[in-house]
Amino acid sequence: MGISKAQLLERLQAQQIHFSQYDHPVVMTVEAQAKHVGHIKAGLSKNLFLKDKKHRFYIVSALADTKVDLKVLSQRLGLGKGGLRMAPEEAVVEVLEVPLGSVTPFALVNESARSVSLLLDQGFKTHECCFFHPLSNDTSISLHIEDLYKFLKSVGRMVAYVDLEANPTVGKDQPPDLAALVPSDAPSIQNISEKTATLQIDGDVKSKPVAVTAKASKVSSGQQKEKSVNNANSSSSFADPEQFIEEILKKASAIVVAEIKEENIKQHGGQLGAVVSNSLRKNLSLELKNLATMFKNTAYTEGFGAGIRCPAKRL
Amino acid sequence: MEKETKADEEEQTQVINPWEVSAKGKIDYDKLIDQFGCQRLDQSFVDRVHRLTNRIPHIFLRRNVFFAHRDLNEILDAYERGEKFYLYTGRGPSSEALHLGHLVPFMFTKYLQEAFKVPLVIQLTDDEKCMWKNLTVEESKRLARENAKDIIACGFDVSRTFIFSDFDYVGGAFYENMVKVAKCVTYNKVVGIFGFTGEDHIGKISFPPVQAVPSFPSSFPHLFSGKDKLRCLIPCAIDQDPYFRMTRDVAPRLGYSKPALIESLFFPALQGQTGKMSASDANSAIYVTDSQKAIKEKVNRYAFSGGQDSIENHRKYGANLEVDIPFKYLSFFLEDDEELEHIRKEYGSGRMLTGEVKKRLIEVLTEIVERHRAARAAVTDEMVDAFMAVRPLPNMFA
Repeated sequence: MGISKAQLLERLQAQQIHFSQYDHPVVMTVEAQAKHVGHIKAGLSKNLFLKDKKHRFYIVSALADTKVDLKVLSQRLGLGKGGLRMAPEEAVVEVLEVPLGSVTPFALVNESARSVSLLLDQGFKTHECCFFHPLSNDTSISLHIEDLYKFLKSVGRMVAYVDLEANPTVGKDQPPDLAALVPSDAPSIQNISEKTATLQIDGDVKSKPVAVTAKASKVSSGQQKEKSVNNANSSSSFADPEQFIEEILKKASAIVVAEIKEENIKQHGGQLGAVVSNSLRKNLSLELKNLATMFKNTAYTEGFGAGIRCPAKRL
Repeated sequence: MEKETKADEEEQTQVINPWEVSAKGKIDYDKLIDQFGCQRLDQSFVDRVHRLTNRIPHIFLRRNVFFAHRDLNEILDAYERGEKFYLYTGRGPSSEALHLGHLVPFMFTKYLQEAFKVPLVIQLTDDEKCMWKNLTVEESKRLARENAKDIIACGFDVSRTFIFSDFDYVGGAFYENMVKVAKCVTYNKVVGIFGFTGEDHIGKISFPPVQAVPSFPSSFPHLFSGKDKLRCLIPCAIDQDPYFRMTRDVAPRLGYSKPALIESLFFPALQGQTGKMSASDANSAIYVTDSQKAIKEKVNRYAFSGGQDSIENHRKYGANLEVDIPFKYLSFFLEDDEELEHIRKEYGSGRMLTGEVKKRLIEVLTEIVERHRAARAAVTDEMVDAFMAVRPLPNMFA
């Protein structure tokens, strides 16, 4: 089975995501939920679990009073008219691994739901907090939508804010505006041991997102996470002179080596030095200037940080 | 008062103001210059900048992306006499998603900072977006900080740059100037310039001075105290002109120098030239967070082509470079003048096909976006704090 409500709440706490928890009897509808938490100043959400003809799944999570027109959404996703249907009840249990009546964006943390695309009502942004079920409909938690967004992005899920009430024309010259939100493949139900292995909550929560995204290579946001991990490594070259110089020498050497080859030697002979020098200047100037500026900015920031923490001098 | 009121604007077929950019068909920039009353930036200016700064003028100058100005000649005259100036630009942080169109003024301002060795103030109008886009105060402040990271990633020098958000900084001398400016602009005038109506809330109506006063050095006592005559140059997109027409009108009455402006065209949307890129339409723009795959897809699927509908026709008539988006984008971003000229000839005559031009564009855009992403990854929250700290900049003219 997927992770439990308790495990999810523990994860949120570990990532210092602030939320308020309200337990109540099982509720199957937004109206029923409102009876218990409607008095609290937070946006109620309705969550639709949808499926298209190619067995790809979507969760549309919206404010209770946002109008959601499945026909319009279907066209905006590029699925034609009537390409989106409510997913069958078995799918809620099999794909999202939550009980009926508990459809929630949080279900995306489960491996089986990793290629479900989440469309978030951009209306959520206008509320301080919004209510969602934490994998079970006997509890509602309210949190800031950005925290939910970042939490799901950090595990490499496909999440996007959408203006759900918009109805743009889709035609020959106006391509479907939400086409990028269609998952690239249908979910595959993994075996149980793999699932529990990747989602074990251990002490170091930070390392987990990287492990999860390394597996979720097909999800495009996952690709981006991998890239940013690489960039995080190179950014340390902006604080360390040795690494900084190494970066520069690496790039310069690559150009020198590329320029000094048989044909160029024949063509330029003794002038080859000038040619290589010009090539270095032309190709590297801009990039090195940018690198140096970042280096300077990083050094200044370190000094600034030290300065504001420095206790005032006693005169 | 320099030309152009909102009433006149409504009679035109194109609407350009800080909150709306639209036209039936292509935007007529000549008409706009005429309407607004600013000057065309011709080649003699570009040459003069080249001479004064001793370096190749920025691609946006060479390609006439920055095409209009007010009083740039005076700034250059003063610079030649040894009198410095400072730069002022800004961003309305309405969304987290920044696209290449948003980066254009910042890329250009960074070049100006480096070439002229002058300080820069960057205003983040979080209060404006809170009011116009109905965001919460917290959300607009958060967006301001997020956007600041992308701005810093453009390569500004922290020892010469002060970034501030209105919610943080308004007060003190800045507010004193706001009141002075507000006293000089009647309700009727501001309605005439910006088109406010009786239904608009008073926040909107009292906002314009906030964007005006960074043009005055006395608004920044921690930076420019004692330098009351320091001139200001504002690089911006031409839709911001109304704010600064108002500012220039008020400046002499307050005993301040009028700010100079250098204005850019709009970066066209991927799907064509009738408007500007919009952060609310994902496929109208290339975002700085787009993956290589996304850039490729967007250019291939959505970039409006000026090529003919069949290969035979294309070879016969060539591409319509006036409306071709890939070529337009290359003219913004392809550094090599010779290569661009080559593409202009080959594509315009029909010898080169749209696919090839798109392929080259994808390469160029990917490089820019990747470079930006790497730089952005190195910007920490503490670096944002450093840029936004109210601190002196002792070497700002060095």
